[in-house]
Amino acid sequence: MLNLLIFIPLLAAFAILLGVAPRKTALLAAGSQLAAAILLFFSYDRAGAAFQFASRYPVIPSWHLSYYVAADGLSLVMLLLTSIVTLAAIWVTPPVERRASLFYACLLFISAAAAGAFASQDLFFFYAFHELALIPTFLLIGIWGSGERLAAAWKVTIYLALGSFILLIGLLDLYHSIPEASRTFDMIELQRAVIPSSAQSRPFLLLLIGFGTLVSLVPFHSWAPVAYASAPSPAAMLHAGVLKKFGLYGLLRLALPLLPEGAKHWTGLLLALLAANILYIGFVTIAQRKLDMMLGYSSVMHMGYIFLGIATFNVIGVTGASLLMFAHGLSIAALFAISGMIRERSHTLSFDSLGGLATPMPFLGLAFGMAAFASIGLPGFANFASEIMVFFGAFRTGGSSLQFNGLQLATIGGLWGVVISAVYMLRAYRAIFMGAPSKAISGWSDPAFSHRWPLVLLLASLIVVGFVPKLLLSYLRPAVEALLH
Amino acid sequence: MNNNIPWLILVCPLIAAACILLFTRRAPSFSAHISVFAVCVSFLGSLVAFIVPYSDAPNQLSWIDLGGAFRVPIGLVVDPLSKVMLLIVTGIGALVHIYSLVYMADDKGKSRYFAGLSLFMFSMLGIVLADNFVMMFIFWELVGVSSYILIGHWFTRDAAAKAANKAFLCNRIGDFGFMLGILLIWSATGSFGFSAIREHIALLTANPAFLTVAALCIFCGAMGKSAQFPLHVWLPDAMEGPTPVSALIHAATMVAAGIYMLVRVYFIVSASATAMAVIAWIGIITAVLAALMATQQDDIKRILAYSTLSQLGYMVSAVGNYAPEAAMFHLFTHAFFKALLFLGAGAVIYALHHEQNIWRMGGLRARMPKTFWTFAIGTLALMGCFPFSGFFSKDAVLLAMFHNNGWIFVLGLGTAFLTAFYMMRLVTVAFLGRARTENAEHGHDGPFAMTTPLQILAVLSIVAGWSFVAGPVFGKPFVERLEAGSHTFWVPMLAFVAFAIGAAGGWILYANQPSDPVLIPVFKKKFGIDEFYCLLIGGTQELLAKACRFFDKWIVDGLVVRGLSGATLGTGLIVRFFQFGNLQGYAFLFGLGVVALIYIIVFVH
Repeated sequence: MLNLLIFIPLLAAFAILLGVAPRKTALLAAGSQLAAAILLFFSYDRAGAAFQFASRYPVIPSWHLSYYVAADGLSLVMLLLTSIVTLAAIWVTPPVERRASLFYACLLFISAAAAGAFASQDLFFFYAFHELALIPTFLLIGIWGSGERLAAAWKVTIYLALGSFILLIGLLDLYHSIPEASRTFDMIELQRAVIPSSAQSRPFLLLLIGFGTLVSLVPFHSWAPVAYASAPSPAAMLHAGVLKKFGLYGLLRLALPLLPEGAKHWTGLLLALLAANILYIGFVTIAQRKLDMMLGYSSVMHMGYIFLGIATFNVIGVTGASLLMFAHGLSIAALFAISGMIRERSHTLSFDSLGGLATPMPFLGLAFGMAAFASIGLPGFANFASEIMVFFGAFRTGGSSLQFNGLQLATIGGLWGVVISAVYMLRAYRAIFMGAPSKAISGWSDPAFSHRWPLVLLLASLIVVGFVPKLLLSYLRPAVEALLH
Repeated sequence: MNNNIPWLILVCPLIAAACILLFTRRAPSFSAHISVFAVCVSFLGSLVAFIVPYSDAPNQLSWIDLGGAFRVPIGLVVDPLSKVMLLIVTGIGALVHIYSLVYMADDKGKSRYFAGLSLFMFSMLGIVLADNFVMMFIFWELVGVSSYILIGHWFTRDAAAKAANKAFLCNRIGDFGFMLGILLIWSATGSFGFSAIREHIALLTANPAFLTVAALCIFCGAMGKSAQFPLHVWLPDAMEGPTPVSALIHAATMVAAGIYMLVRVYFIVSASATAMAVIAWIGIITAVLAALMATQQDDIKRILAYSTLSQLGYMVSAVGNYAPEAAMFHLFTHAFFKALLFLGAGAVIYALHHEQNIWRMGGLRARMPKTFWTFAIGTLALMGCFPFSGFFSKDAVLLAMFHNNGWIFVLGLGTAFLTAFYMMRLVTVAFLGRARTENAEHGHDGPFAMTTPLQILAVLSIVAGWSFVAGPVFGKPFVERLEAGSHTFWVPMLAFVAFAIGAAGGWILYANQPSDPVLIPVFKKKFGIDEFYCLLIGGTQELLAKACRFFDKWIVDGLVVRGLSGATLGTGLIVRFFQFGNLQGYAFLFGLGVVALIYIIVFVH
């Protein structure tokens, strides 16, 4: 069953490359993937075992290497995110002028790779699936990107490849530090391994840098804004919304349970870096004058809050962080979708040359407003529910002392970051949508009804989870508790 | 069934807003009526909730539930305090909705406007009914959003867009403190429900410095929402929104939320004497500064906005002077007369085709009698003239100041004098004398739906302060506490004298003047605070942002990362390899990874 989520898009991608009608097939595949994800979500037995829907095929038995997928609550939520964003991204894709079939195939490859990475419980496949997504990302930016697309494509690929490489070294180091008796590639089995605390700090640092690069942790972030600004909007949606979460997911899945002492050892560094993600990148975001760059930086900035949740090392904060992965994925996807729609009409995203768009395009104005409010953490959207848990998690053990610890200081920085987000988002909204419409844009109109649904899908998911976070929390909490045991 | 009524009150406007957003955006009149219907249901519900005594608390829902670790409930508190506030919010809300039917009749964004109003009602009622800090914060933020939407209603006007952003940001700055305060209280007591904190208050009072910081952080929230100095700058600009919005949100209800919140958590803030002193002083400073600024404004709505600031300052200061009852009492009467004044100003603006400058009005008394007389009643109530409602509530506030701090009392009296002065100026210039422009000559009273709310509010502005009205509304214990302080004849006497001198001064200076005979630039320019903030933001935030952008582009991206990545790998070879190559480079690395993995598997196992 879980295999469907990976192989539907994969097979559809191959079919498209072989000449099947690209858009229709891609939409069908994404729709079925989402349907399967929802079905899995609701058929998961929350009273039963943590990992369900397992399927395992030995690949090289003598090496104990097997294709092994299974899902717990955390995986399920990530898979749900993957399929929602995939459907939205494929749906908003405007007519592709060159090599449409390759374009759709690339999107589906990314989706399959992300789903594979989130579902794999075998270390090799976990890593390999993510690697698989890098090639289509390169192609999407390199062929269909805007601006200096080749430079951007190379930059993101080199960065991510280097990040993956460091990650690989980290994984190997982690593997080596496990006592020989309990070495295995089975990630579920691996959770039981006990690594001597003295051996934990180096692999954690490597994993932090490796995964961190993939999540644009400062100072390994500078690939992200350029890549997102240059990428065609469906690619940016999938990458910023889904694929980027792989690094965070990996930290949660491997680093937290296996290297708790290592994590404690590097907490100070992690806090300093995430505070830089929030405050320093926050200020960089304020200075941006183009929507795509601004959104790229804002997505880098918001990673800081997820890291903050992880750095709490308690159920409240980490559950908040995992919910925020979902929420951020949807909201940034919606924002990139809208920025793509604007670019289609205006061919520029510079604040200075836009303005008054809400008059000819009220729907887009409303949708952007909602997505922006979601991303800056307004109640009613899932992002708020997650952020509040992150903050409360961070202050959980404070007591009544004014001698704030590092975690609390970073949280105070994070609270100020909420103000910073409001500054740049509202500024962008005002620059693009408010004001008197110029003559040039009077002929523009909202996207056709059929192209509004992806935005409705993303925003409605954010609102439903924002109003009833329990819907996902009842899946996330047991998974997080198991990771933190 | 009974205990579901508060839920009905709360949810009705939300349903209306959702309906308009999803279904009736293209049918503006229908949208408007949905919204009006919803607020009327909420008002009736509030009346029932007010009259019918309660046996049990309304059901609690849980919003976030992480087992024992963390639970955020959505629960409603129905007590005398929230009952009064419900009546004010839904009552004035209903009148403003009805008034808006006329005022916004031909507006292009009518559906959006009414959806925003309904969203506001929902959010405000949520604040009123919240039984814990997190829920209050949720609705607190939502109120900020609806205020943003409504201030920016005419978003094609740059000033409106700017004002909406400013309001939202000022509120967010306040909310930074508010959230931090909530977190501090949670870290000390492990709870954020009001009743639970009350039980564990000892954990807070054990560390006075901590308590003071927490209380002041909470107060920051009130400073943002109730526009207290130095976060007051957004409120006058918020007048860019439609006038009914100014009446409901930026005069009667939303800006009062800060005071309501302070009264709700009075048991926390009052435990810290330092925090109370700060609150008292911030309040009175706001009151005086705003009153001074009001004396030199020419825009009718801005005069009223500064007056709102000033009166909010009174209320905040009353809380800080250990008189939450007086603050609530003044909030209650102020809601009526200030809503009345704004709606009256709206009627004038409407009649004069969106003229807001009082020096382009004049002589409206004869042409708009209903508007004039109701406006005059509101003015007298605001000035604190006996026996209008404002006299009694202002007296209660001044009494509290008198008992607590002589200096604050003197400043309070000064504010009372200034209030009488600038309101007399407003009425004399706008309504009396001769018409100064053609528009003013053709002014006329608005239609029925516009004048009726004015008349209802006028009656309330007169009687709301009388004890046989306020008594039953607030309940006996409240009134007893209000009257507990030793009364002195001097306080009301001095207040009345301040009123009389101020009003007389306003009349003498401004009767039959063609233009402003007094010019005090520093008041007119609002002490240059806005300009100062612009400089401050330009000098800090913008500069920092540009510096960070530069650093990121040239140092982090340009030098450090490239250098580091080369250094960590021991060679720049791989990087160069990629720059020459194509996909092979990537494939090489991927292959390298796979080989390394296989190596490990084979040789380690």
